[in-house]
Amino acid sequence: MNKKPGIVEIRNLCKAYQRGNQLITVLQEIDLDIDEGEFLALMGPSGSGKTTLLNLIAGIDKADSGSIRIGGIEITALAETELAAWRANNVGFIFQFYNLIPVLTAFENVELPLLLTGLSKGERRTHVETALRVVNLADRMDHSPGELSGGQQQRVAIARAIVTDPTILVADEPTGDLDRDSANDVLELMERLVHELGKTIIMVTHDPRAANKAHQIKHLDKGVLNAHPQADF
Amino acid sequence: MRIPFSYSFRNLWTRRLTTFLTASGMALVVFVFAAVLMLAEGLQKTLVETGSYENVVVIRKAAGSEVQSGVERLQASIIETQPEIALGPDGKRLAAKELVVLIALPKRGTDKPSNVVIRGIGDASMPLRPQVKLREGRLPRPGSSEIMAGSSIAERFEGGGLGETIRFAMRDWTVVGVFDAGNTSFDSEIWGDVNQFIQAFRRPAFSSMIFRMGDPSDFEELRSRIENDPRLTIEALREPEYYRKQSEAMAKFLRILGLTLTIIFSLGAIIGAMITMYSAVANRVFEIGTLRALGFQRRSILTAFLMEALLLGFIGGIVGLFFASFLQLFTVSTLNFQTFSELAFSFSLTAGIVYQGLLFSMIMGFVGGVLPAFRAARMNIVEALRSS
Repeated sequence: MNKKPGIVEIRNLCKAYQRGNQLITVLQEIDLDIDEGEFLALMGPSGSGKTTLLNLIAGIDKADSGSIRIGGIEITALAETELAAWRANNVGFIFQFYNLIPVLTAFENVELPLLLTGLSKGERRTHVETALRVVNLADRMDHSPGELSGGQQQRVAIARAIVTDPTILVADEPTGDLDRDSANDVLELMERLVHELGKTIIMVTHDPRAANKAHQIKHLDKGVLNAHPQADF
Repeated sequence: MRIPFSYSFRNLWTRRLTTFLTASGMALVVFVFAAVLMLAEGLQKTLVETGSYENVVVIRKAAGSEVQSGVERLQASIIETQPEIALGPDGKRLAAKELVVLIALPKRGTDKPSNVVIRGIGDASMPLRPQVKLREGRLPRPGSSEIMAGSSIAERFEGGGLGETIRFAMRDWTVVGVFDAGNTSFDSEIWGDVNQFIQAFRRPAFSSMIFRMGDPSDFEELRSRIENDPRLTIEALREPEYYRKQSEAMAKFLRILGLTLTIIFSLGAIIGAMITMYSAVANRVFEIGTLRALGFQRRSILTAFLMEALLLGFIGGIVGLFFASFLQLFTVSTLNFQTFSELAFSFSLTAGIVYQGLLFSMIMGFVGGVLPAFRAARMNIVEALRSS
């Protein structure tokens, strides 16, 4: 695996929420660098701010201060519509509950992010079939999410995340809703994405087994980022 | 790029029961809307089709209709001599001096009286109206107390059938023929010899005069001449124009009544659509969050939900129009405000009514869906994703 420096550079990132009269600080002065092709796990207790940090990196939440530079683009400076367009091209999402659209087939779910690109119908089909082959679900492309197991649904969600060949993949508890075997399948798949396709993955997890698959584990506690002993990778 | 249409369609299909109930409410409103327009259209069509472009109706100036008009014998003779009037095969001018009188006749079954037009006709009256065909019996003999009834009169009024007798103007009149006027307003009239009617009703003048133009393009010149003739206090109208004027007041009344009713009904259907769409948004918060996270803009979400609401309205419109189309099988009768006589006509569905019905139903869908769609589009991504 070849890691290239600095695909994600975060400096002095702060985020707080107003709840009534109280200001709750979620993230304090976060500095973080993630190299291209790196698999990073973010761990920490509930409410420590790890999902908020992931959301900020993914461009679906706004920071109060600080800088987030991804692939050379300062995303905190982007307007909402620019940010949406940036997400479509640069971020692949893997959610805990898969978040597939129930009324669309596996194929159509994977195709969704491609609708935001300028690809023709034929090109989109090729990309979707390739992505579904990577997750070993090419034979289930016409099935709706309700006809697939949890593990299969998460693999469809991974196919949707990689189909646009994004700069980073963000995964929020990707194995949190899966049984042990399905979780192992999904983690192996994520490892393959890093090793074979050179993807950069940032994963939030409570599961130490999942975190152990990462190159680097960062620990968040009360909004402060600490390094964690290296996983036996 | 927008979210695929299949997303909106399949979401409606997934919630079939809710979709069915909401669309049914809209269908009911569209049904009422289309029914009233079809009624107005049927009325107008019946009256307008009664007229022929080549025929001219002459009535007293400002009379409005034949019932209120009076054309004196001298005036009728002057008009009859106009050179623009076509000649019949017998060499006589194709012009008929007619008398129109209203009488009350009891309806079959109910005995409830209703106004009927009695038309005194001349030799040229039948050739001037080729759409009028004798269906049963024969024509009334001139100089006798014989009459013929329009098919609608024969079916719906006491004494109107072939061989029956009707008493009016202190005389008994025998129905010797039944004619079919091809769904025009003549179907709701009784015809007999004009000279007999003038005597029986003690009228000093004819009501109107009908004639055919030799060349219809000469009409404006003829009109200008006879309307400006100081001996004549008459106005001349092409027959379709005359009948269009006859139907205007009633058709306008029906349309205004119909629109007022359906707008009130539509409020209920709009609220129904709004509840359905709010519930659709509430049930799909995580989907909205996911689509926004993937990069779809707010306007794409707005469009997807509006499409869904419009589709709901469209389905309601199609169903409502489908059922309304069966109304064409029915014939109704009403009082024509202009002549105060009974007029039978059918509901008539036109492409314009289909278009207006669909537009109306989609407007209901749009109004019902716009607020929920805005709510969906304004959702915060993080909060929406948290809902899953």
